[in-house]
This record gives sequence, structure tokens and C-alpha cells, in this order.
Amino acid sequence: MTEKEFDYYLEGQTGKWEVIIGLEVHAQVTSNAKLFSSSSTKFGSDPNSQVSLVDAAMPGMLPVINKYCVEQAIKTGLGLKAKINNFSKFDRKNYFYADLPQGYQISQFKFPIVGEGKVILDMPYGTKEVGIERLHLEQDAGKSLHDQDPQNSFVDLNRSGVALMEIVGKPDLRSPEEVGQYVKKLRSIMRYLNTCDGNMDEGSLRADVNVSVRKVGSTELGTRCEIKNVNSIKFMQQAIEYEAKRQIEIIEQGGAINQETRLFDTKKMETRSMRSKEDAHDYRYFPDPDLLPLELDQDYVDTIKKSLPELPDEKKSRLMNDFGLSSYDASIIISDQEISTYYEEVAKNSDYKLAANWMIVELFGILNKENKEIKDSPVSAKNLSKLINLIKDNTISGKIAKTVFEDMIKGDQDPEVIINKKGLKQQSDPKELEKIIDKIVQSNLDKVEQYKSGKDKLFGFFVGQAMKETQGKGNPKLINDILKEKLK
Amino acid sequence: MTTIAKYTLVELVNKIKSKEISAVDATNAYVERIQKSKKLNAFVTETLESALEQAKKADEINQKDGALSCAPIAVKDLFCTKNVQTTASSKILKNFIPTYESTVTSKLWDQGAFLLGKLNCDEFAMGSSNETSAYGNVINPYKNNNDDLVPGGSSGGCSSAVAADLTSATVGTDTGGSIRQPAAFTGIVGLKPTYGRCSRWGIVAFASSLDQAGPMTKDVADSALMLDVISGHDEKDSTSANVKKGEFLKNLNKDIKGLKVGIPKEYIVDNMPKAIQSLWDKGIELMKDSGAIIKNISLPHTKYALPTYYIVAPAEASSNLARYDGVKYGFRAPGKDLIEMYENTRAQGFGNEVKRRIMIGTYVLSSGYYDAYYLKAQQVRRLIKNDFDSVFNEVDTILTPTAPSSAFKIGDKTEDPISMYLNDVFTVPVNLAGLPAISLPGGLDETGLPLGLQLIGKSFDEQTVLNAAYALEEKIGFQSQVKDWWM
Amino acid sequence: MSINKETVKKISKLSRIASNEQFEDSMIKDLNSILTFVEQLNELNIKNIEPLSSVVEQKLFQREDVVKIMNEKEDVLKNSPHKNENYFVVPKVIE
Repeated sequence: MTEKEFDYYLEGQTGKWEVIIGLEVHAQVTSNAKLFSSSSTKFGSDPNSQVSLVDAAMPGMLPVINKYCVEQAIKTGLGLKAKINNFSKFDRKNYFYADLPQGYQISQFKFPIVGEGKVILDMPYGTKEVGIERLHLEQDAGKSLHDQDPQNSFVDLNRSGVALMEIVGKPDLRSPEEVGQYVKKLRSIMRYLNTCDGNMDEGSLRADVNVSVRKVGSTELGTRCEIKNVNSIKFMQQAIEYEAKRQIEIIEQGGAINQETRLFDTKKMETRSMRSKEDAHDYRYFPDPDLLPLELDQDYVDTIKKSLPELPDEKKSRLMNDFGLSSYDASIIISDQEISTYYEEVAKNSDYKLAANWMIVELFGILNKENKEIKDSPVSAKNLSKLINLIKDNTISGKIAKTVFEDMIKGDQDPEVIINKKGLKQQSDPKELEKIIDKIVQSNLDKVEQYKSGKDKLFGFFVGQAMKETQGKGNPKLINDILKEKLK
Repeated sequence: MTTIAKYTLVELVNKIKSKEISAVDATNAYVERIQKSKKLNAFVTETLESALEQAKKADEINQKDGALSCAPIAVKDLFCTKNVQTTASSKILKNFIPTYESTVTSKLWDQGAFLLGKLNCDEFAMGSSNETSAYGNVINPYKNNNDDLVPGGSSGGCSSAVAADLTSATVGTDTGGSIRQPAAFTGIVGLKPTYGRCSRWGIVAFASSLDQAGPMTKDVADSALMLDVISGHDEKDSTSANVKKGEFLKNLNKDIKGLKVGIPKEYIVDNMPKAIQSLWDKGIELMKDSGAIIKNISLPHTKYALPTYYIVAPAEASSNLARYDGVKYGFRAPGKDLIEMYENTRAQGFGNEVKRRIMIGTYVLSSGYYDAYYLKAQQVRRLIKNDFDSVFNEVDTILTPTAPSSAFKIGDKTEDPISMYLNDVFTVPVNLAGLPAISLPGGLDETGLPLGLQLIGKSFDEQTVLNAAYALEEKIGFQSQVKDWWM
Repeated sequence: MSINKETVKKISKLSRIASNEQFEDSMIKDLNSILTFVEQLNELNIKNIEPLSSVVEQKLFQREDVVKIMNEKEDVLKNSPHKNENYFVVPKVIE
């Protein structure tokens, strides 16, 4: 990978602009039950079928915290190399909304469970560190459905009370590309830890995107707008591009940016001011009197720390240092836990470097083309490792392997079966090859003459002829060796 | 029949258990009185038929187990009761029928008691006279000449019902004095337990860090029995204390020889009626007679308790009452969009005092004012608690009057919120510090109205408070002067 | 600090309580008298005093991550003043 320069600047009428982005990522904690109630977190159930008395804010109902959700937040904090706060508190964030049955959200304001940490991104222009401000636990709200009835909205409280981790990043991001990498990296860390499934389609991972712009060279931060609840990386990137351009236009026309909450309309591909949030800025946080401070023993935190699995950054350096993978290859392999699990399975039975090449070039080529995830890979790790071993022991050439691979993707066939069935085994018997080459030399004596008199390029012609004769199965190295001998 | 209704809870349960009286007779005694006592307006909802049915069944199958065997009991309408309307005396909870039973009331039924109905109170327990109820004033069974008097508040239906023998005992809630002050106004006993002693699960919340359920009864022993039943750790309430359950009735003891009783000088307030001062003096004398050691103490931050309370309680209330929005239960007023529906529902559903407190609570939490009001109040709350912590190194209990006056006329204090708030001047510090305190009738004032004495104890030391009250009760020998004038 | 009409309007908006002239006038009067009363706290020196938000001195109880069915859909919707078979129904929300 050649090192590029960072170049995401927007061209305005008055010059170049830089975009400053900070994300508040809301990650749904993987758990069976909700944060403060015992109802299920299962996705896709019948409306209002997973709502406890607590979730529906029935009078006199009280929250009781889920221990596992606390543990999940600690794990995630440790994965973000962050400080775990042994003392944290739950506060009420007060606002009215149809899908917020209590009239407040239990969150952590002054004393979050996790403090400052960081995330490392691999960008084409090198690694970039993005600061994490804090991570806190909070309740999710329910869902309002606006499009089922002309006069009314419908409220489903199934999500109400599900545990979320709000991961507040510092405004360190400078381009949609970086935002994409950042979200992917966070997701990958949480998937390694099994603390959030990162499923954006189901809303398990969404973000509020804070965007501001400033002239290149300026060090002051501009007024930011917050784009609420964006639920795909693509939408985040599109929203940022739109929003940055909108802000630049306003400033260049002499206007000022209103600090406000905006909504990304994915149909019109534009952001617009959210009317429902107009006066929602005064949340009147105060400590929730129904709960006590959350105090954690250091021993408990240490025990969790010891039980953490290998995380992406650690795995990356292991792949580079122990197996000689390039930084680029390693970062692709570790980008997703499923990819890395697949990779480890292929590599441990075959070859670390070849496994990386084959996955990144061939397998991902197919997956991208067919728009599939690694978990839906048409080729199993077992069969891919077999194929690599067949290349390694010279049973087939790399080129033949590609043809075999094309057959493999049609229903995950064993490469050996394909090779045998199609007779694709590499011709590596030197005597057989010598016979074929002798024949070629005999019927092309004129070319032999020319080659010997200095026309070196003709060597390729002979190799080509030999491959043609062996229907591409000739061992390329042997053919080369024999030809060199015969044409001396 | 009337004699049955006059029994104390302990007597009643014993007579039922020994089969001296049947469950049906016991229940009928209260049912008849309740039906003749509409004038007092103590009930929001009556469940007389189902109580009688339960009594009949208990007699049939001879089911007389439980510490409260077959005792007919009405409870404050702040406790959620399964399948029985629960309103918190607010229009906004009209027709709300819980699908669940509060921890405290389910403990009553587990011990064999029957629900007689839900008792009126100040709306969302916000008030000191029961005048803020959406279901009208409750009237005190005590009368001053021809004037109807308030029964105190917020548990005014409770105090009136116990004093008028409409229930064998009851449970109320106390956020700033709502058990003790009405108990004092009606000549009964009211106990606010230590914060965390009784579960808050299923009680309509007013101010979560202060609310505590407790018994209101005819005498001290009844309160001990009720506390035995309703107390205990509850994993559904994170603020419920994980402490050993007491055996308060069993350990009730009149011997208070050597008990150190503190008399705080700050509880002598301006314009305190003479009757209150002489009641207090009498209490001190009687304690001495019982062998207690009287010590003068100082609780220097007492005068700041009410101002602190009137920041903390409304702040918590403004948030606790946000859930009443016309979506999930209760009253809804129409509106052209969601926000208008909210605003109309809450404007029409809440009464004036509740709105005032929501407004003040919202203000003290709002951006720019939090530090100046709410945070400061929490800091002063610490000072108030420290005051108590340090005097409890020297004394075992503290004796004070319960309220600065006897029951007042209906309408007397509704114009000026502050004059109403001042009713709680002696009771509020206890809630801020989370301590247990009891009010027992100490005597009558010059107009024949009951006055209460308050005993405050250390955290989770209800036993000492009960014992001291038990001793004092005997010395005082208070007799109810309720004359059934409304019947 | 004293509360004026603007503040009352703002607070009633935040509290979601519909406001009118009469309400505002009575609130201005009542809220100011309550504020004056509570401002007695300004007499105290509270520097370095740790705020007290709960008198409970125990560790927060944490429950296990176990699903318990506590309610059925019918129970959840039962008390709603406006509902249909599956949902709470509210006047249209404009985003």
C-alpha cells in the first residue's frame, strides 16, 4: 500500500474547508433481558409483547439494574483501552416523547461508567487515533410509527428499556471515510467482545453525528449541528457530505449556523431541522433517586480484564509479527471477527500468507460481487485451506487453482474432487514434460535458431506452447527448467 | 357491632383467631360504619362486597392464619392494588386499574387481611390537609364547635378512617410528614419507618428519595404489628434496605429506664401555640417519670429543612409525574398534535398544588438554576443528616411536637402555599435524614382537639422509638374523643 | 431570583402543562413566594459539602440477566385511553 496524503477538503467559493465530525454511537448491549427490567430484548417480536410494567412506566414501578449489562459495558470500555470508573451514577434525562413512557430516560450524565479511551484507525495515509470521551449505560426508547394512520402515531414499547452503550467520541474525525472506518472499528471491537452484535439493520448500532466546518488553517471549532439517529454507515457519510456543504454555503453567504438537532431524510438525501426537538435542550438531569451509585470493586474489573479475548489491534500485530502479513492485509483480516475467525481456520491448516492472499483477493472478490457477508461464504474455511495446501504441494498451480476455485463457489465443493473429476492435476512428471518439450523443439527449429541467436523473448513462446500442450496443467517451474536445458 | 370497630388491631386479630368473633362479623362492623360515614369522604373507592366475600370464605374454610388474620383494612389510594382502581386522588389517574399489587399491600393480604377500600389523600400525596384531592376534602372526625376540620395530610383519608373506626388499621405514606401530621390531627398513632425499611414497589411515587410507607393505627402496639408485616427487603426496589427483619411487636417493651432522650432547642419555633409547648413539656415530664434521661440537644440546621424539602421534593416529583401524559393510562384530553395533547391532559388532569410543585421542580432543575437550587439543597440535606448523626452519638431518641398546631378549619390555609408548608416544620427533617419517627396522641388542646408528640430514632432503630412511644402512651392515657357526630 | 411571565411560560412548556393568562398570573405569585422561602438556603456556607442524593448506605443490588415474562400485551395496553389491537395510539407526531 502506498502512503497517501489526507485530502478530504471541501472547495467553497472562498476557499478550502475542513469538516469536523464527532460521533455519539448508540450500541445495543447484547443481553437477554433489558437494563432495568426482566423483559426480553429479542428483535422482531410482536408489538408491545416484550414490555414489562417497568418498561411501560406503570405507576410505582422501579428499576433494578441488570448485572450482565454492567459487565458488558466494562468489557467494552476495556476494549476501548479506556478507564473504568469504580464509581458511577445513574441520572434521569427528562423530556417528553410518545415513545419515552417514563417521561425521562435513565442515563449516566455526571459520572459515566467508562472514561477516556481511544480507537486506532487504519487509513490509506497511515494510522489515526480517535479519542473516546466516555461510554455510559442508558435505556433505549420505544418506537413511534408515523406512517400507518393519517391522524395518529402508533407506539410500540418493545425496545423501551433495552440497554444501550452510548460511546461518545471526540471530534477527531475529518472525513466520511474516517467515519466509516471508525464505526467499522468500533463494531469490530464490540463483536470480538460479544458486547454488541453491531447489526445496523436492526438498529443495534446507530449514531448521532455532530458536524461542523471550518476554513483550512483555522483552529477554532465552528458551530455544530447534530444529525440524530443515523443507522447506516452509508447514510452517515451521505448526511455528513450534505450537511457540511449546507453549512459552508450558509457561512459563505454571510449567515451563521444554528446549533440544532437535524434529521437525515434518506429519501430526499438531505438533512433538515427536527421540529420535535425544538425545546428539548433542557434535559434537567439529576441523580435518579430510585437507584444507588454503581460501585465496582477493582478486583471485579481486573477479573473481567483477564478474561477478555484477543482484540483486533492485538491480533493485527500478531499476524504481522508472527506470520509476516502486511499491515494492509492484517487490517482487513482483523476488521471483522467473523472474517478473522474464518481466516484463522483456513490459515492454521495451510499457510498464513497464502490464506490472506486468497481470502482478500479471490474470496472477497466473489463476496463483494455477490454482496454477501463472510458468514454466507460459498466456500468453507475447510475447503479453502485444502485448496491452498494443493497449491503448496504442487498438486495444482496457482492459475489452475483459480479455475478450481470458480467451481468451488458453486456449492462449496471439495477441491480435490473437482481436480480429480476434471483431471486438473498438475503435470509434474519431468519425463512426460521432456517428451512434450522435445516435440515442440523439433517442430519449431527455426524459432530455436532465432532464440539461440539472441531473440530471448521467444522463450515465452516455448513456455506457452508447452502449457498449451499440457492444457495448462504443466508444472510451470519444471517446464521452465527443462526448456532452459533444451535451448542451451 | 360498634364495639368490634373500636377494638385495636391486636385485639381484633386475637378475638378472630380465638373464634370469639367471626370474620364476617368483624368485616360487617366496619362495613356498616363506612356506609354511614360518607360525610367524612375518607374513601375514594370502596371494596366492601369483596371484603365480605373474603370474610365469608375465611369463616367457611376456617382460615384464620396470618398475623393480620381477617382484619379488614383500607389503604391509602397511593398503593397500587390489583384489579382495584388506584387514583392517587388525582383526576389524571382516573379509572386506572393496576394489573399488579404493591409489595406492602400484598404483605397485608398474605397475612390474612382483607381490603376494605382505597382511602382519600392529597393529590399525589402533595398537601398537608387533604384539600388537594380531586375527590374532595376529607373531614376530621374531631370538630371545633360547628366547623369542619381538616384531617391533616397527605394521608388524611387514613387518619380520618382510623380515628372514626372505619378500618382496623391502615398504611399511609410519609414524604414530609404525611403519616405523622394527620395522625396528630386525629388522635391516632402514625409511624414513618426508616427510609428503605418498607418497599416502595407499587406505590405511586411522589419524591422517591423521601417516600416511605408506614402504619397508621389506634395505638402503638398496632403500629408494631403492622410494621412487622409490611417491612422487609424487596429486590424489586433498589433502595430497599437489606437488613434483618425486626420483631417489633414481640420486642415491644415499656421499660425505658436510662433511655437518653434528646430535646432539640431549634424545635421551639416562633408563634408556637402555648398548648403545643405545654404538651411538649408534659411529654418531657412523663419521660422523666419513666426513668428516661433528658438531654438538651441542638440540631442547628433545622430551620433549613423546609426550604431544602421544597426544592428536593418538587424536583423529584416533576420527574416522577412526567409519566402521566395520557398515553398509557388514566385521563387524556384531546389535542391537535402530541404536544398539545400532553399539555391539555396535564393542565386538566393535575390540580393546582401538583402543578405548582411540578413547575417549581422543573425550574430548580432547569439549566442555569440547578446549582443554585437543587445542588445546594442536596448539600444542605447532608448538613441536616449530619446534625442527626452527631446527636445520635449522645441520645437514643428525640422528643418533639409532631405539628405546630392542631387541626385547622377547611379552607384556612389554601390561599397561601407557604403557610400550608409550615405545617411540616417538625416532620420534614426526619424524611431528609431518612430516619424513623412516630407520632402518638399527647393530649388535647384548649378546644378539645388532639395534639401529637413525635419520637425520632436512629436509622433502623424503630424498636427504640416504638418502646419509648409505648411507655409514653401508657403514661398519657389518651382516650379518643370522637363522638360519631356525622352518623 | 424572581420569576416573570416569560419564565413561567418556559417552565410550563418544559413541564408540558398548558398555560393561560390566569395560570401564569397565579404561578408568578406562588412560585416567587416559594422561591423567596427556599432562598433562605443562601444564608449557609455550603462550600465543599458533598451533596446527599440518597440516605441509603448499601451497594446497588444487581439482578441476573434472566428474562421473566412480567406482563402480557393485553395488560400493558389495558389502561390506555386510546389504543388499538397492538399499539398505544397518540395524536400525530411531527418530526
